[in-house]
Order: sequence, then C-alpha cells, then structure tokens
Amino acid sequence: MKIKKILAVVLSLCMIFALAACSSSIEDEEASTEEAGASTSSEGTIKIGGIGPLTGDVAQYGVAVKLGAELAVAEINAAGGINGYQIEFKMEDDVGDAEKAVTAYGSLKDWGMQMVMGTVTSTPCISVASEAAADNMLLLTPSGSAVECLEAGDTLFRMCFSDPNQGIGAADFIADNDLATTVAIIYNSSDTYSTGIMEKFTEEAAEVGLEIVATEAFTNDSATDFSAQLTNIKETGADLLFLPIYYTPASLIISQATAMGYEPTYFGSDGMDGILGMENIDVDLIDGVMYLTPFIESSTDDATVNFVESFTAAYPDQTAYMNQFAADAYDAIYALKAAAESCSITPDMDASTVGDLMKVAMTEITIDGVTGTGITWGEDGEPNKTPRVAKIENGEIVAA
Amino acid sequence: MKKNTLTSSQKGLRPATKKNFVTYAMVIAFFVIFQTLSSTGNLKNTYRSLLVPICTSVIMAVSLNLVVGVLGELSLGHAGFMCVGAYAGSFFSVLMQDVITVTWIRFTLSFVVAAIAAAIAGILIGIPVLRLKGDYLAIVTLAFGEIIKSVVNVIYIGKDSSGLHIAMSSTGLNLDSDGVIILKGPQGITGTPKNSTFVIGFILVMITLIIANNLIDSRTGRAIMSIRDNRIAAESIGINVTRYKLMVFTIAAALAGCAGVLYSHNIAALTANTNNFGYNMSILVLVYVVLGGLGNIRGSVIAAAILYSLPELLRGLSDYRMLIYSIILIIMMIVNNGTFFVQLREKLSFKLKNKSKSSSDTGKEGV
Amino acid sequence: MKFLSQLISGISLGSIYSLIALGYTMVYGIAKMLNFAHGDVIMVGAFVVYTMCVTLNLSPILGVLIAIAFCTVLGMVIERLAYKPLRQATSLAVLITAIGVSYFLQNTALLIFGSDTKKFTSVVSISSVSLADGQLIISGETIVTIIVSVVIMVALSLFVNKSKPGKAMRAVSEDKGAAQLMGINVNAMIALTFAIGSGLAAIAGALLCSAYPALSPYTGAMPGIKAFVAAVFGGIGSIPGAMIGGILLGVIENLSKGYISSQLSDAIVFAVLIIVLLVRPTGILGKKINEKV
Repeated sequence: MKIKKILAVVLSLCMIFALAACSSSIEDEEASTEEAGASTSSEGTIKIGGIGPLTGDVAQYGVAVKLGAELAVAEINAAGGINGYQIEFKMEDDVGDAEKAVTAYGSLKDWGMQMVMGTVTSTPCISVASEAAADNMLLLTPSGSAVECLEAGDTLFRMCFSDPNQGIGAADFIADNDLATTVAIIYNSSDTYSTGIMEKFTEEAAEVGLEIVATEAFTNDSATDFSAQLTNIKETGADLLFLPIYYTPASLIISQATAMGYEPTYFGSDGMDGILGMENIDVDLIDGVMYLTPFIESSTDDATVNFVESFTAAYPDQTAYMNQFAADAYDAIYALKAAAESCSITPDMDASTVGDLMKVAMTEITIDGVTGTGITWGEDGEPNKTPRVAKIENGEIVAA
Repeated sequence: MKKNTLTSSQKGLRPATKKNFVTYAMVIAFFVIFQTLSSTGNLKNTYRSLLVPICTSVIMAVSLNLVVGVLGELSLGHAGFMCVGAYAGSFFSVLMQDVITVTWIRFTLSFVVAAIAAAIAGILIGIPVLRLKGDYLAIVTLAFGEIIKSVVNVIYIGKDSSGLHIAMSSTGLNLDSDGVIILKGPQGITGTPKNSTFVIGFILVMITLIIANNLIDSRTGRAIMSIRDNRIAAESIGINVTRYKLMVFTIAAALAGCAGVLYSHNIAALTANTNNFGYNMSILVLVYVVLGGLGNIRGSVIAAAILYSLPELLRGLSDYRMLIYSIILIIMMIVNNGTFFVQLREKLSFKLKNKSKSSSDTGKEGV
Repeated sequence: MKFLSQLISGISLGSIYSLIALGYTMVYGIAKMLNFAHGDVIMVGAFVVYTMCVTLNLSPILGVLIAIAFCTVLGMVIERLAYKPLRQATSLAVLITAIGVSYFLQNTALLIFGSDTKKFTSVVSISSVSLADGQLIISGETIVTIIVSVVIMVALSLFVNKSKPGKAMRAVSEDKGAAQLMGINVNAMIALTFAIGSGLAAIAGALLCSAYPALSPYTGAMPGIKAFVAAVFGGIGSIPGAMIGGILLGVIENLSKGYISSQLSDAIVFAVLIIVLLVRPTGILGKKINEKV
C-alpha cells in the first residue's frame, strides 16, 4: 500500500517536473535568442507587458487586444521603435480572473516588464492596478472600464470610456436625437461593466426625460434564453431596447426578439462592437442597430483606414477580432510610445523610474488614434475623448 | 517504511502522530524555504504571487477532504462556503476600516466573522444532507453553492450616518449624501485592504492541518469514519449519525470560510462568478482532493500545491498551456487509479519485497 | 397570453435540457459515472455541424448526420482511452477524469476554432407558427426540438426495455459481475452506451445552437450542468425522468425569469430542486434504493 502510494506520487511528480522543465526551457531558449538578437541591433529593448484573458469564457476580448497591440508593436518596430529602441511585447493569460491576473503580472515583472498594457476586463484590472500602484508601475488599461480601475494610484491610465461615461453618453444621445420616449433595458446582472452602465443610464435617463418602462436582467449562467425577459418587455411596447452588454448575448436577444415579432430600435454600449464581425451573422437581423463605440470601421480618417488595412493584411483569417478591443489596444500602444518618447524612456530604466516619468508624460501627450482624435489624459487617468455612435446599415457600420 | 514505523512506535510515538508530524514538518520546511527566498529577494515574482493562493487552495482541499474523504459524502458546493467567508470577511474589513485601525486585530476578527458566517451556511446545508445520499447529495450541495453565488450577486449593502441599508439595487438603498456603498451587487466589494501574506497563509494552513488531523485521530474521527465505512453498522452501535455529519459539514465550511478571507484580502476586487466561487471552483478543489487521495490529508496538501501552480509553471507553453494541463490531469488519474497501473505497482512492490527477503534469487524472477 | 408564451418558451428550453439530460442519464444508468464531459461533446457536435453547413455548405440534414457519426466515434474513443482504464477504480476517480476530458475538449476547440463567438445557422427550415393574431409565436426550432426529444425518449425507452442489447445494458446496470457471468460483454455494452449518449449529444448540440445561435468553445458547459441538474431532478438513470426533469427545469427557469426575478432565476431553479429532493430523495421518477445490511 505504502509503496503504491509513494510510487504514484513519484511518478506524477516526475511528469510534472519534466513538463515544467520543458516549458521553462522553451522560455529560456526564447529569451536567449531574443537577447542575442537584441544585443546585435542595439543595447536592449523596451519591454511592455500585456495582461488579458487568452483562454476561458471571455477569451475573445483578450485575443482581440493581443492582436491589436501586436500589430501596433510591429508597426512601431518597423518604423524604428521608441527613441531608437525596439519594443518587446509579451501578453500573459489571466483567464479573466483577479487572482490569476496578479500572478500573470508577477510573471511579467520577472520578465523585466517596464510598463503594463492591461488588463482587458475590469475585475482583474482592479486587482492588478493595486499591485501596479504599489510598484509605481505605469498601467494603461485598453478596456478596463470600471471606475475603480484607476482609484489605487496615480500611475494608472485608461484608454476606453469609463462605465458612467457611457451610460450618460447613451442616454444623452437617445434624448438629443429623439430616438425614443419609452426605453427598456436588458443588462447582465453578473457583470460589473453592464451593471455600471445600466445604473448611470437609468439616472441620466430621468434627467433628460426618457421613460424607462422595463429593466430586465440576466446572468452569465443563463445567457442563452431571453424569451422570458423579452416577453415582459414586449408587453410594455417600449420603442427602444437599450443593451449595455457584449455582442454575443446581444445577438441572441435580437434574434429572439425578431422571432417573437418584437422589433424595437436597439441601442448598445461599446461591448456591442463586433456584432457585425461575428462569423456568419445575418445582416438583415441587425440592420439599424446603434451603439456607442470609440471605433468605426468605415471611418475615412487616416488612422482608421490605415488600421483596418494593416489589420486585414496582418491577420486575414482573424478579422472577426477587428473591433473596439483591438482598436483600443492599438491606440494604447501608440499612446505609450508617444509618452515614452516625450520623456526619453530607455531599456535600462527600472519600472519605478519609468512610472515616475511616464505618469507625467501621459498627461502631456495628445494622440490622434483610431478611437478618437486629440485624445488627452487628465491626472486622474481618464481619457478625454468623445463617444461616437455607430449604426449598422446594409451590413456596413456607419457613423450615426 | 515499515521498519521506521515500528521503531518509532517502540519509542512510544503513535504511528498516526508520527505521520502528522511528517506533514507538519513538510509544510514548515516549505514555508521556511520560500519565506527566506522571498524576504531575501531571491524568489521570482511569479512564485511569490503564488504563495498566498497556494495556501488558499491547500485549506480548501484539506477542508473538503474532511467531507469527501473522511465523512464519505460527495460535495460539489465547497466554493459556496468560501464565497460566504470571502464576502463576510471583506465586508467586515471594509466596514471596520476606520473603526478598528490596528490591522492584525481587524484581520483576526474578520476571520472569526467569516468562519461563523460560513459555519452557519454549513449547518443550513448540512440539514438536507441528512436525508440524501451519494449523487443526490452532490447535486444539492452544487445547488446550494450556486444559490449562494446568485444571492451575493443581487445584494447591495450601503452605510451612512443612520446605519446599514440592504437592498436589491443601488437606488433602493436610499442612502444619505454621506453614504457609501460597500457591497455593490455584481460589482462586488472593492477596496478590501490587502492584508493576506504568506505568513498568515502559513499559520492558517497549520491551524487547518492541526484541526483536521486531530479530528481524524480522535474518538470523534473514528466515529465519523465508521459512518463512512458502514452507516448502518455505525448507527447500530449507537453512533449519532446526524450529529457527526453536521459537525463535519460545519467544521469544513468554517475552514473554507477562512480560505475565503485569505482569498479576498489578497485581491483588490472581489466579485462572485462561476470560476472563482461557482461549481467550476468546487470541482477544481475536488480534483485536488481526489488526486491527493481520499482521506489522506498530506496528499491533499501536496496535490493542491502542485495542481494550483501547474498552470502557472506551464506559462511557457502559451497557447497550449491549458490543453497540456488537461492531458496531465487525465494521465495522472489513469496512472494513479487505472487497473493496469495498479497491477503493475502491485507486481513491482511484490518484487521489491522478495528482493529484500532473498537478494540472490531476484535475477531469475520473470515479470 | 403572456403566461402562455412564457410557458411555451419554457418548454422549448426544457426540451433541449431533456435531450442533453437523456445522454447524462443513459451513461449514468449503465456506467454509473457522472460524465461531466457530456456538455462539451455537445459543443463538439455543434462545431461539426457548423463546419459542415457553414464552412463547407452541405445541407443541414447531412451536416447533422455527420456530426452524429463524429460524436459517436468521439464518445467511444473517449471511453476507450480515458474511462476504460479506470473501470475498477472508484466513481470519483472517473468523475475527475471526465473533468479532465472536459477541459481537453474545450481547449482543443479553442485552439482549432478560436475564442470568438460564431453565429450558428439554424438547421431547422420549418417556419414559425403564429397564433392568436401574432400574439403567440412558436418558432420552428421549438416545434422540432419538442418533437425530436419526445421521439428520442420513446425510442430509447423501447430500445432499453425491449431490444436484446437494451436488456443486456440493463443487466450491466444492475450488476456488472453477474452480467459478465451471464455471457454479456460488459465492455461492449458500456462502449455502446457512450456511443448512443454521444450521438444524442450531437443532436442536442445542433438543436441547442439552432434555438440559441451563438457558438463558442464554452457553449456546452452551462447547458451541460443544467441538464445534469435536470437528470437528477427527474431521477437519474430514468429515461422518462430525464425528459420530465428537463421540461420542468426549463419551465421553472422561464417562469421565474418572467414573473419573479430574472437575476435570481438560477437560485429559484436550484431552490426548487432542493425542495423536490427533500421530498423525494431520489428525484421525481427515481427508483427507491433499498439498503442491504
């Protein structure tokens, strides 16, 4: 009995260590080749870490951020890098979990990260932000929209709109353009992002004279069947259905509403961006859907045209990921570049020194990016950019 | 191995006591090594950030082992108790942040609060346990875990000059202008002080181990195991099945509640979702317990520590990380429990025994 | 009218749970194991249909048939590689292995298909029925799902109770050792069970994604766990029980969403489950197990 158990433990241990050793040797090899390559070209590289979900049920957002950021890094490196130094970008997986995100952050620190672009989702972002603030590490989150993400310190910045910002923006837009008088809401009550927008929207709607006739919720565990909520809303006959949620449940809501003969105007938050990119989506179904977004694919400004072109060229099979997450990440890398150039960051600086310089530089730069022009940051880390409203018309996204 | 046990029992130390001391020594050695490395700055950040979560998983695994391994009832809702503890502990810490300014007193009290809250939940869940068996019991514990998770996601608690307000939406709280919302439904609790350290985690692991080992080796423990092995026989010799079952559930829940406090005071944002407090987490803890061996406390400690760190150690494999993890899991289960490997091990141990008996004959023996 | 339409959508959701629960219950009844990977076989089935119908443009019927064949083989392969070596081990060991298989299927799908959600094209071509001046609309998917689940339930019951392999399966379920002594090939029967269960999973996957057309590597996980609840609800191991459990679960879920609280609907479903189990500890149609001393 004893021997059996000992053998079992020994066998399992052997296997684990063999694999762990295997994986770390891959890492070492990578590191050594990178070092070799870097030392021939220049004295070093500027290391930017990224954190986001690459596996797990919110992986689609993390993957989009990874692709967007890597695209920007490749472009910057091809154009000569930051202050003549190449950028090295490494994205670690956090599975959308607060605890795992902190480990991912630790692993990036071991790698020698000088600043962090992440995390992608709000809850992990709040916990990484408190670590980053303690380390005086510069953090720029591409899409962590909760207010609390930036509360822990002064080295924390955001690329996307904050949740309250979106709730207010959406209510104002609906009222200003007379889109509706009666509004119904379906939100994800198990999601920080969705609840945050819903609350501010409700407050602002009362201010601007919109009547909210129904507020229905769903949770991540029951995000497939919306017929119960839709039946209730259909009864109230609301003109407009506000959906502060991501595009996957939104697409289900729209198709189920259409199936039951209810066709209101749909208005979404920036999480709706990507609905048209869904593989095999029925464009007639989502015709007329409007949403707040920082990124409109069909915009004709140079930044957007250039982004769309290079994204399509770089990832021809993955254009489904070309959405606001990728765009925010792309802009975030360019913002970091601009700030790093203005305060002359070099590869030999440690993260805390970089943080001290960058937190000042970030408030001084102005960025013309894919997600807006003339973007500036305040000392609180919030970006100053105006939300745009996109509308889907005949399978195209146009500015509304 | 057998020889050692014999000599030690001749010295007067009971085998069970000796076994427990090996476990304690192992945990202490682990703590001393990593604490030294960490305080001298020789430990990689990756590993340092793993230390507290490892303690959390070890406590979860050991406490679940009391239910699954020692009592013999399958529970799929253990993360629910952790959730109760995490929320109760965090809520207490945030609420009392200005009242009790001495960190260690506040933190100790939040463990007490969380343990009591989780124990109450354990008693509530323990009651239906008395009627159900096997997979039906498993599903009820799973259901309770999910209910706990859903409920904490709709509760809003705020504080203002007139006291605490509880509601199901932030507007329903009707707070005065000086009010702050502590628990914000799905947005959870933010701003929990980051008090969890490896030292505290280590102390908790030791307390958990001492409680678990002493329970198992006591008269009570033997009564509990007799229920596991044959409930009817146990009942017939006058063992109060109801009492002992409830007791195990309550103790395990209280310990899981403490693990929850450790968890929530290690991250700045506490929210409840399927992956941290839902059935996914409960199942993950069950994996630690089964791989470590049912009823084997030391096994749970080792399995929890290794399996928690495994995905992190596999980071170098990037995209293939979780795939490899799943394959390792399957292979480990088959190697540990598969018919073929069990027979192989029996043959090997038989051979080894023969070898020690007569070293001259071993060469001739075939497989 | 609102109540009726809530009820119908509940039945529609419930019949999908039933289909999945049938697979759970088959495997549990015969192999005595909780196959937590069942939900992920559903996801694989849906991805096969998606690849066949959307990427390769085959007809839906052909796509579903290919998916059934694929999943049947997949089920047998999983059984052979991951579960058969553990035949003598405790049921808990097999449960954990099933979880490993579940992770494996999810992550393989993630690597092959990516994490982005795909819009599934319905395999049902029947148009929806409109009653009472359009106040009550029943979608084609609902009709097909209900019919398919009832047909499968009846067919399965007949197969298990009347056919020779069905009887052999029941014998294995009663007592593996005795069945073997009677000349029944226990391993073959268990493999057959997995084949049937996984084939059903492919159908369930196609219908699930037709009714709720979003497909990602994690699509199967939640319906899988709900169907497990449904199977226990009805009395795990019982084929009509799985059907009743699934429908009840769907109806309760939908009515509590519609009339009580959409946030607490899961909590309500689980609370009802606990109450039912307290009254009938082996589920609605579960057999009472007599304890031997």
